[in-house]
Amino acid sequence: MTTTDIRAGRLSQEQLAENFSDHHPPLNSANAIVESDRCYFCYDAPCIEACPTAIDIPNFIRKISTGNLKGSAKDILTQNIMGGMCARVCPTEILCEGVCVRNTHEEKPVRIGDLQRYATDWFFESGETLFKRGEPTGKRIAIVGGGPAGLSCAHRLAVLGHESVIFEAREKLSGLNEYGIAAYKTVNNFAQREVEFILQIGGIEARTNHVLGRDVKIDDLRNEFDAVFLSIGLGDVNDLGLKSDDPEGVYNAVDIIAELRQAKNLDELPVGRRIVVIGGGNTAIDISVQSKKLGAEDVSLVYRRGAQHMSATWKEQEFAKSNGVNIKYWLSPKSLHSENGHVSGVEFECTKLNSNGKLSGTGESRFMEADVVFKAIGQSMQDTIFSGSDIPEMTKGKIAVNSEFETSLAGVWSGGDCVGSGDDLTVQAVEDGKQAANSIHQKIMQQ
Amino acid sequence: MADLSCNVAGIKAPNPFWVASAPPTDKLYNVERAFRAGWGGVVWKTLGIDPPIVNVSSRYGAVHYNGQRMMGFNNLELITDRPLEDNLREIKQIKQDWPDRAVVVSLMVPCTEKDWKYILKKIEDTGCDGVELNFGCPHGMSERGMGSAVGQVPEYIEMVTRWVKECSDLPCLVKLTPNITDICHAARAANAGGADGVSLINTVNSIVSVDLDLMAPEPTIDGKGSHGGYCGPAVKPMALFMVTEIAKDPETNNLPISAIGGISNWRDATEFIVMGAGGVQVCTAVMHYGFKIVDDMIDGLNNWMDEKGYQTLEDFKGAAVKNVKEWQYLNLKYDIKARIDQSTCINCGLCYISCEDASHQAIRETKANGGRHFEVIDDECVGCNLCMFACPVPGCISMERVDSGTEYQNWTTHPNNPMRVDQN
Repeated sequence: MTTTDIRAGRLSQEQLAENFSDHHPPLNSANAIVESDRCYFCYDAPCIEACPTAIDIPNFIRKISTGNLKGSAKDILTQNIMGGMCARVCPTEILCEGVCVRNTHEEKPVRIGDLQRYATDWFFESGETLFKRGEPTGKRIAIVGGGPAGLSCAHRLAVLGHESVIFEAREKLSGLNEYGIAAYKTVNNFAQREVEFILQIGGIEARTNHVLGRDVKIDDLRNEFDAVFLSIGLGDVNDLGLKSDDPEGVYNAVDIIAELRQAKNLDELPVGRRIVVIGGGNTAIDISVQSKKLGAEDVSLVYRRGAQHMSATWKEQEFAKSNGVNIKYWLSPKSLHSENGHVSGVEFECTKLNSNGKLSGTGESRFMEADVVFKAIGQSMQDTIFSGSDIPEMTKGKIAVNSEFETSLAGVWSGGDCVGSGDDLTVQAVEDGKQAANSIHQKIMQQ
Repeated sequence: MADLSCNVAGIKAPNPFWVASAPPTDKLYNVERAFRAGWGGVVWKTLGIDPPIVNVSSRYGAVHYNGQRMMGFNNLELITDRPLEDNLREIKQIKQDWPDRAVVVSLMVPCTEKDWKYILKKIEDTGCDGVELNFGCPHGMSERGMGSAVGQVPEYIEMVTRWVKECSDLPCLVKLTPNITDICHAARAANAGGADGVSLINTVNSIVSVDLDLMAPEPTIDGKGSHGGYCGPAVKPMALFMVTEIAKDPETNNLPISAIGGISNWRDATEFIVMGAGGVQVCTAVMHYGFKIVDDMIDGLNNWMDEKGYQTLEDFKGAAVKNVKEWQYLNLKYDIKARIDQSTCINCGLCYISCEDASHQAIRETKANGGRHFEVIDDECVGCNLCMFACPVPGCISMERVDSGTEYQNWTTHPNNPMRVDQN
């Protein structure tokens, strides 16, 4: 047996800087023109329908081609106030670009995400103003959770003339954009620049380090404010469901991704030599690729089903492979091995789909040595948040809402990952927040 | 291998592809390169009487469209800016070195008989194959009573052409300006003056764009601009029309034509030849891509002629002229309908929206099986072709003939025509 090999500074600072630079550099102006000219300007375009925020994509692209970048950015940001971040993190291959008519014959969609980034980057550099706070209504809304859904809701409320207070558990706003996304997807502190832009409109007060259930109670908020919007995300991490407790060296991927994003010096982060990541979503991809970029020698991403079942898209899987991540399918974790209280490897059981489509073990097993194991098998709702308050109705482990994003509690709306409105994507959360704000506006203005 | 040789107004060349009078033909160095690349002839950049003219800096403007560079091109350049003797010496040299190629010299001098006689005498010494009278240039020279100032007045065209023919035996092409209402008047005047042929079109008066910061037309010269001459692929349709007009006109239908205007490849050139041209001249495409493009022009024309079984250019020259009719003689019984090939349709909806907003609401959109579907409503379709052109997939929309093919009626006899002629 080998001894555990975890240490910092596996790569030089220069190498780390290069590895964590923008993994997908922006279009320059010449490329943006060429790419924008590729858009056919479809009638009733399928890309618009595929976008959770329904951005008028052909129109914003046309505006790039004519040099009307302000108009382009406005079209994007009006529909999606986080159009800048979504241009970086949206799985466009399964959304707008996935349905681009250019796929049919060329298998080469218009690079919508890159064009969206081009227009929004221009806007962020321009110093222009696009949105004005609406005439004050005197209404105040409490927003719990300052991630994409909460910020989107707050901004739309401000446009509509309402005031809002955001209660955020962490130190910074922006939620998973700040704490949950691989660093190379959003360089140069973009998440915080976006927050700054959103708050610029005014009428939004942010109270960070306020934890729901500990520092604020929903019942109190319902009394104090005209409406409450819950955008609390999924605070808990799913467990492997093994019998034993985790030994040392086993981490929740989300915690380490957050730590990495906040790290000042990447060469001070401890990195294992052999890493096993268990999961099948973007979090699993992000931690795998980042481990590789930090200098880990062997990174295996292990998923209990096949490639087509992973929630990480084909493009994300390809990206991981091209970064040297070894993806293994059809293996389910059986037990964690340890030496002197520290993880030393993972035993997996081979799996297959049985005749009625259910996953089952084959009895065969595989062993992988590991210095570090990351768990990335999904997040779930924290159960401490409602302590001491009425609990809204839940469905499938998430807060139940109607089509107006109203919960079962009067005056309480909810959106983002903590409801089941769609995929757990930034773009979906932004849409939820926007729609909830519209609904809140309708309701409270009648009162 | 077909015979590509041509004879335009008595000027012979191994192929019909000549480089037009322009910057690519303004000195020995370029012309040498043109001939080495395979061009059948050149029309040397226009000569004038010394002292040479002076050009401005910032001379060209361009129209780019949807990623295509230089779809339209304009220039503010004048005739050669080199001394006459330098040009004459080089013309003589090139003709000696390349005796089989056509070397035509373009000329523009003040509108007096004395000046024309003076320069023609000098030209004859070079051994060149012919002259081209530049009555077309729309800027710079026209303000001095030359170029299009002559070309826009048929009487002047005739007068100068006559002077030239009286004092020189060289074949004479008269280059016509398109900046005129009816090109036939200019062609008839050239014919009456004794021209051996006409070449057209020269450039079109144009302002290609405006600098919205400087508030000046482009290209800008120290904050100001001027109109220039427009050429390139954008002007080809106008040139084709004018060539056809001359080829159809009973007075000029035997007048040799050297066609110019946006010709970029063998297909363009062939279109002009079937509309009556004996040869073509190319400039903008050379200015964009260099002389090498002639390789495909020669090769493409040759392959096309082999495929069609043509031996010489004469076999198909003017072959399409007879099918150019006045609108009133077109068959109103002819009926076509759009057909959408569903197997290649990419569902962009451009056929639908173009027809819906701009034509006859003859395409229906339906949603089925989670996808979109577009189909033509035959009763509404007038066969305008718009959807076929809007469709980005080549061949996806085609037009199918649906009338019997046996009936014919044109406007002259149509009941709706108040001035119809009696069919009996």
